[in-house]
Amino acid sequence: MGVSNTDSDKTQEEEQQDLPKVVLFRPPAAFSLIDEESFTSNKFHFLKTYDSQLPVDQFLSTHSHSIKAILSSAGAPVNADILQLLPEVGLVVTTSAGLNHIDIPECRRRGIKIANAGHVYSDDVADLAVGLLIDVLRKVSASDRYVRQGLWADKGNYPLGSKLRGKRTGIVGLGNIGYEVAKRLEAFGCFVSYNSRKKKPYVSYPFYHNVCELAANCDVLIICCGLSDETRHMINKQVLSALGKEGVIVNIGRGNIIDEKEMVSCLMRGEIAGAGLDVFENEPDVPKEFFAMDNVVLSPHRAVFTPESLKDLSQLVVGNLEAFLSNKPLLSEYVDKK
Amino acid sequence: MKSIGVLMTCPMHKYLEQQLETHFNLFKLWHCNSSITEFLKTHQGNTIRAVVGDTNIGADAELIASLPNLEIVASYSVGLDKIDLRKCEEKGIRVANTPDVLTDDVADLAIGLILGVLRRICASDVYVRIGKWKDADFGLATKFSGKSVGIVGLGRIGTAIAKRAEAFGCSISYFSRSQKPFANYKFYSDIIDLATSCQILIVACALTDETRHIINREVIDALGPKGILINIGRGAHVDETELVSALLEGRLGGAGLDVYENEPEVPEELLGLGNVVLQPHVGSDTVETSDAMADLVISNLKAHFSNKPLLTPVI
Repeated sequence: MGVSNTDSDKTQEEEQQDLPKVVLFRPPAAFSLIDEESFTSNKFHFLKTYDSQLPVDQFLSTHSHSIKAILSSAGAPVNADILQLLPEVGLVVTTSAGLNHIDIPECRRRGIKIANAGHVYSDDVADLAVGLLIDVLRKVSASDRYVRQGLWADKGNYPLGSKLRGKRTGIVGLGNIGYEVAKRLEAFGCFVSYNSRKKKPYVSYPFYHNVCELAANCDVLIICCGLSDETRHMINKQVLSALGKEGVIVNIGRGNIIDEKEMVSCLMRGEIAGAGLDVFENEPDVPKEFFAMDNVVLSPHRAVFTPESLKDLSQLVVGNLEAFLSNKPLLSEYVDKK
Repeated sequence: MKSIGVLMTCPMHKYLEQQLETHFNLFKLWHCNSSITEFLKTHQGNTIRAVVGDTNIGADAELIASLPNLEIVASYSVGLDKIDLRKCEEKGIRVANTPDVLTDDVADLAIGLILGVLRRICASDVYVRIGKWKDADFGLATKFSGKSVGIVGLGRIGTAIAKRAEAFGCSISYFSRSQKPFANYKFYSDIIDLATSCQILIVACALTDETRHIINREVIDALGPKGILINIGRGAHVDETELVSALLEGRLGGAGLDVYENEPEVPEELLGLGNVVLQPHVGSDTVETSDAMADLVISNLKAHFSNKPLLTPVI
C-alpha cells in the first residue's frame, strides 16, 4: 500500500475494519501468477487465515461476525465444518470453474450462494483441448523432441501422424467448455457427437445416452465435464475398450474422471492409441510410465493460466463480491442443474 | 505401362514406391553411387519418361537435361520450387503436383504450431516429463482465442488456416500478390503493415523468386517482441539468420517452424529455446494424406501415359 503518515494509516485501517470481510484459506494461484491487487476492492477487505498465527478455527471464530463471504480455490475446500464457524457467510466465490471442493448441499441448506469462474476460462480450456488433440494426432511434441535431439539429420523422417478431418470426436459433457471445443473441432472437419447428463435441446450434434456407446462410435474422446460422484472414474476399462486401438483421449476436466491406472495399462498394451492430458488423479504426481511414451502429451494443469483469462477472472471475482455486498444479482452464480 | 521408365528422386513414401514399382519400371536415384549422368547412362536414362520428385529433390535443369525422353514431372508435393518450371515449359514437359489433398493437414499443423508456441504445450510436456512439476513455477502461457492473425498468401492453405483461426474468434488479415475478391478478410498490400497489425504471422505462400526471404528483419521487427511467426511454407521464405538473432535477442516473441533453409539442418541456437516449436517438415505427414498424395501422383502418371487429361496439372 506504500508508506503514509500515521494519521492516514489509522483512517485506512479503520475504514478497512468497517468493510465486510472476505476470508481466504489459501492464496489462489492467480494471486502470484498475475497479482493480488487485481482482486481487491474498496467494497471489501480480505482476511487471510494463512497470514495468521492462530489456528484456523480460532481465527474464524474471532472474525466470524464480519466475514460475509469466502473466496475459495482448488485446494481450499469449503465444507460443513468451516461453514459451521461462519454463520454470517452468504456467498462462496471460487476461482475455479469446478465445484467439487465445495459442499454444495450444505451451502444450499444454509442459504449460501455460490459463484464460480463462469465462462472466463472456456476459450482457454477449449483451445488447450484442441492443442492437445492436434499434438497427439500429429505428434507435435514428440517430433519437436526428435528435432532437438538432432535425430532428423541422423535418422530421417519422423513416423507419420493421423489426419484430423473426418475424425469422429465425442465430447463428454457438452457444457460451455464442451461446446467451445465442439465449435473449434468442426472447423477442422471433425464430426462431433456427445454424451451429457441430458440431451441438449438446441444442439444438432448426435447425442449418446451413455459414454460407452459414445466411445464405441468415436475415434476421439474429449473429457469436458466436471467431477462429481457420477463422473468419478466414469472413463473406465469398458469405455477405453470401446474407444479402441486407434482411439485417442483428451482430458481437460479432472484427473479422477478417468481410471488412470487402467488408462496407463491400455496405453502400455496398445489398446488405445494416445492421450493428451492436462489433469491427473494425483497432481502433481504423474504416472512414470507416461514419460517413456511418445503418444502421450502431458500438461501440468495449466489450461487456464494465461494473463488474459486470469485478468478476466479477477474482474469476475471482484464483480461477484461487490454485487453480493450491494444486493445485486451475481455475475456468475452457480445454479444446480436438475 | 510396365515398360515405362519412371525415376523416383528420393525415398519419399514406401506406399508410393510400391505403387510405382507395380505400375512402371521404377528407377531409384538414391541407389546412385556415382554422378547422376553416370547413373542414368548405366540405367538406361533414355527409357525414363517420368520423374517423381518431392520437396527435397525435384527436377532441376541438370536432371532434366540428362533425361532426353522426359515427358512429365509428377511432384509428390504441392510446392514447385524444386522444379525448373521454365525448362519444363521450354521442352514441353508436363508438370503435375498434389494440391488440395494436403491442404487440411498443413492448415491443421499451422494451428498446432500456434497453440504449441502460445500455450507452451511442447515446453510444458518436457517440464512434466523431467519431473519439474513439483518444484518450480511454470509461469503463464498466452491466450490464442481472439488474437489477430496475419496470413502471407491466401491460397488454398492460407484460406484453410483462416477458417480454422476464425473458429477461435481470431481476426484475420492477409497479404497477397493481389486482393482476393471473395475473401472477407482485411487485405494489406504491404507485408510490413500486415506484420505491424497482427500478433501471429503465418507464411503460407508458394516459394518463388519474389517470395524468397519475404520474412526479413524489417518484417520480424514489425511483428515484434509479442509476435510469433509460423512457417509452414518453405525455409527460404524466411531469412533464417535474422530470425535466429531476433529470437535470441527477444525482438520476436516466438516461432513455430516446419521448414528451414537447409533441411534437415536446424539452426543450433533454436534447439534450446522454449518459445519455439520445431517440426521436421511434417506438414502433410499423415498416413491418410501421404497415401492420397501417392494415389494422385500415380493417377497423374497413368492419365498422361493413357493420353488423358492430367488431374492436377501445373504445366
